[in-house]
Amino acid sequence: MIPAATGWVRVTAAADIPPREGRAVRLGGADVAIFNLGERFVAIENRCPHRGGPLADGIVSNHDGAITVTCPLHNWRICLESGTVRKPTTGPACRRSYPAKVEDGVVLVDLRGINTDPLGEHPGC
Amino acid sequence: MSEARERLVVIGNGMAGVACVDQILKHTTAFDITIFGDETHVNYNRILLSSVLAGEKEFEDIVLNDIDWYRRHGIRARLGVRVEAIDRLARTVTGAGGSVTPYDKLIIATGSSAFVPPISGIGKGGVFVWRTMDDTRQLVALSGQGIKAVVIGGGLLGLEAARGLQVRGCDVTVVHLAGHLMERQLDATGGSYLTRKMNALGINVLTGRYTQAILGGSHVEGLRFHDGSEIEANLVVIAAGIRPNVSLAKQAGLQVDRGIVVNDHLETSDPRIFAVGECTEHRGQIFGLVAPLFEQGKVLAAAITGNRGAAFEASAPAAKLKIMGVDVFSAGECDDSKPGAQSIRYEDPALGIYKKLILQEDRLIGAILVGDASDDHRYFDWIRTKKDLAKDRRYLLTPPPAADSGFDVAQMADSETVCGCLGVTKGAIIQAVHEHGVCSMAQLKDRTRASSGCGSCGQLCKSLLQAVVPGFAEDKVKALCDCVAFSQDQLREMIRTQQLKSVQDVLDIYGNSIGCEVCKPAISYLVDVIWCGGHQEDRSARFINDRVHANIQKDGTFSVVPRMRGGVTTPAELRRIADVAEKYNVPMVKVTGSQRIDLLGIRKEDLPGVWADLDMPSGQAYAKGLRMVKTCVGSEFCRFGTQDSIAAGVELEKRLENLFTPHKTKLAVVGCPRNCAEATVKDIGLVGQDGSWQVVVGGAAGKGVRKADLLVTVESTDEALESAELFF
Repeated sequence: MIPAATGWVRVTAAADIPPREGRAVRLGGADVAIFNLGERFVAIENRCPHRGGPLADGIVSNHDGAITVTCPLHNWRICLESGTVRKPTTGPACRRSYPAKVEDGVVLVDLRGINTDPLGEHPGC
Repeated sequence: MSEARERLVVIGNGMAGVACVDQILKHTTAFDITIFGDETHVNYNRILLSSVLAGEKEFEDIVLNDIDWYRRHGIRARLGVRVEAIDRLARTVTGAGGSVTPYDKLIIATGSSAFVPPISGIGKGGVFVWRTMDDTRQLVALSGQGIKAVVIGGGLLGLEAARGLQVRGCDVTVVHLAGHLMERQLDATGGSYLTRKMNALGINVLTGRYTQAILGGSHVEGLRFHDGSEIEANLVVIAAGIRPNVSLAKQAGLQVDRGIVVNDHLETSDPRIFAVGECTEHRGQIFGLVAPLFEQGKVLAAAITGNRGAAFEASAPAAKLKIMGVDVFSAGECDDSKPGAQSIRYEDPALGIYKKLILQEDRLIGAILVGDASDDHRYFDWIRTKKDLAKDRRYLLTPPPAADSGFDVAQMADSETVCGCLGVTKGAIIQAVHEHGVCSMAQLKDRTRASSGCGSCGQLCKSLLQAVVPGFAEDKVKALCDCVAFSQDQLREMIRTQQLKSVQDVLDIYGNSIGCEVCKPAISYLVDVIWCGGHQEDRSARFINDRVHANIQKDGTFSVVPRMRGGVTTPAELRRIADVAEKYNVPMVKVTGSQRIDLLGIRKEDLPGVWADLDMPSGQAYAKGLRMVKTCVGSEFCRFGTQDSIAAGVELEKRLENLFTPHKTKLAVVGCPRNCAEATVKDIGLVGQDGSWQVVVGGAAGKGVRKADLLVTVESTDEALESAELFF
């Protein structure tokens, strides 16, 4: 369930999330994983669509050009931009991903926003 | 009877001589063979001494024919014995100790020596030539941090020496007489690209310098050049070329010019005497690269066994620099100023790539590749076969898109050479597959010797096997993953030679710069163990378990296992564990299969507090490394115990804990053969018996169960621990 948050929420100092790592945070009613990809930050619901594994604890990787995170439980790969599953299948199962940005050294997440697949192959959730 | 056999004596135990004997054995085993070598080593791959100097290989890795080979073929190896004289009338050779060996046929394969230019002070300490394994060992021993090394000579050998010394920590300068490096193989532009690459590796290059004097007292302290300038040096390696070793032949009255003169069948002026290798001169040409010498060996073998076949014809020379990350290839002509010669060039200064092809009447006569030598094979073949390229000219440097990515093995003719060093054709490899069931690289090397020279055709051989062997499995060597398309061994070598200290560096240089959950932890392990912890740790490249020192569970909580060496604990530790379990509401406390206590269901945010309160090291129950040493009760308490397994197990765990391995490693120590702690299904197990220990290795009790093999039986506990440690 997505809380009735209004737009951008200030979350934490960007420096709190080391490059290429993720951190879990609870925003309103949602568990969100925020990743520092170096040049930008991304946010995604922190539950693997497979068995609910904590995506924030996964290793950042890539799959056919899409930046993904590998779930630490069973190695599913989830696209960080669109929330779609890239491995083992590219089926409809997916997680909600949120727009994220850094302003004045603070990470902001837009809980109302919806990302779509940057490659245009799969619609966002 | 052996008396009746024809006696063949070979002077020289190097690559050319022994390869020739190998060829002779293919024709006949009738000869009674003696090989003299003035080095004390068995035949090794001299080309790969540069890899030994650079620390990429050990001597054992470059042995071509081990002592067993000599025995198997009934060959007497007289190693460390220099032949002093040949008596052609009596048909004998005299060894250094005065031994006299009669021959019916003689092969001279004395090779060449380093050319030492006339420089004053050349006899000072610290000045070396680099030619043999012993020279290499000496250089390895003397090189290190703080040593200022100068290599005189910027040819193939000099550059490889420079790189080897530099990898070993020396501050290296290459001094070269000509105006640019490798002037025999490269043009001036190619030379300058190469200089830039060497500089990028941290090696100084001085060209156009004639060394006039070696300065210093009894030991070298510096060099002075013709222009009066000087540089400091406390180690000098001379790599200024080679000279054929001809004195023996000359003294015996054979026809000698620059080398021992041989005809098209490698016969000298005495019909009973043949010569092969770098000591020879054929039609006015002498040799320094290995490929034509193997060709000589084949022709000689045919002639000496009475199967005289095709005449020897020296192939176009091809040279490849063996420095990781510095691709240089040159074949054929490098001078395009000849009338009728046209050159086609490609260069990209930013990428450091320079390619030049020299054509004459639509045929390739020379190729220079710097920075990207991936197409060397195609070009060398065009030169060798004098292929008419009129139709292909548009695509000489850039293959037509998509149709030909790299080099398609299916396009190769059967007669095309795959292994230039050993002269193995595609046809020969396919024959080996079909007629001898060759199905792996190891078998291929064994059968055809392909890829056992400089090794640069390995990839091509592999593609060929892939294409013709159904279900071809690569020999262990497997690319890590799609992100980094190299095997673990290759990566290990790259990380070491390129001094890469972080996962990101490896991914940026050799991979897709992103990595994945497969390669990142593996590379983390490699940089960690190669630099013994002196790497740049990158937590984001580690699996979550290694980041938080706990084992992730199905619900995202973690399990914590403190170290409990040998399964031994104390009341105080147990109390602390109990306190922690209560304080953090640990839902499950369980004894593990590894004789430790597991606290399951801990929330990630509680982990720092849990570890601080436990005040015990992690048992690393998640690590690819030493997990535990399981023990039984042993002789201190057990009425059947014959050895103190607890004390030995605790000590073993102390010695090996915190060490990482490519896969998890489990050990056990038991005090008697009843094996209560299951030592015989562990990676390493110590099995106590009355008065001794059996050290067993290679056991497993995971998905597959495997009983460990006995490694050694030793008397004392100390020896048992040492054996286990050494094996680990």
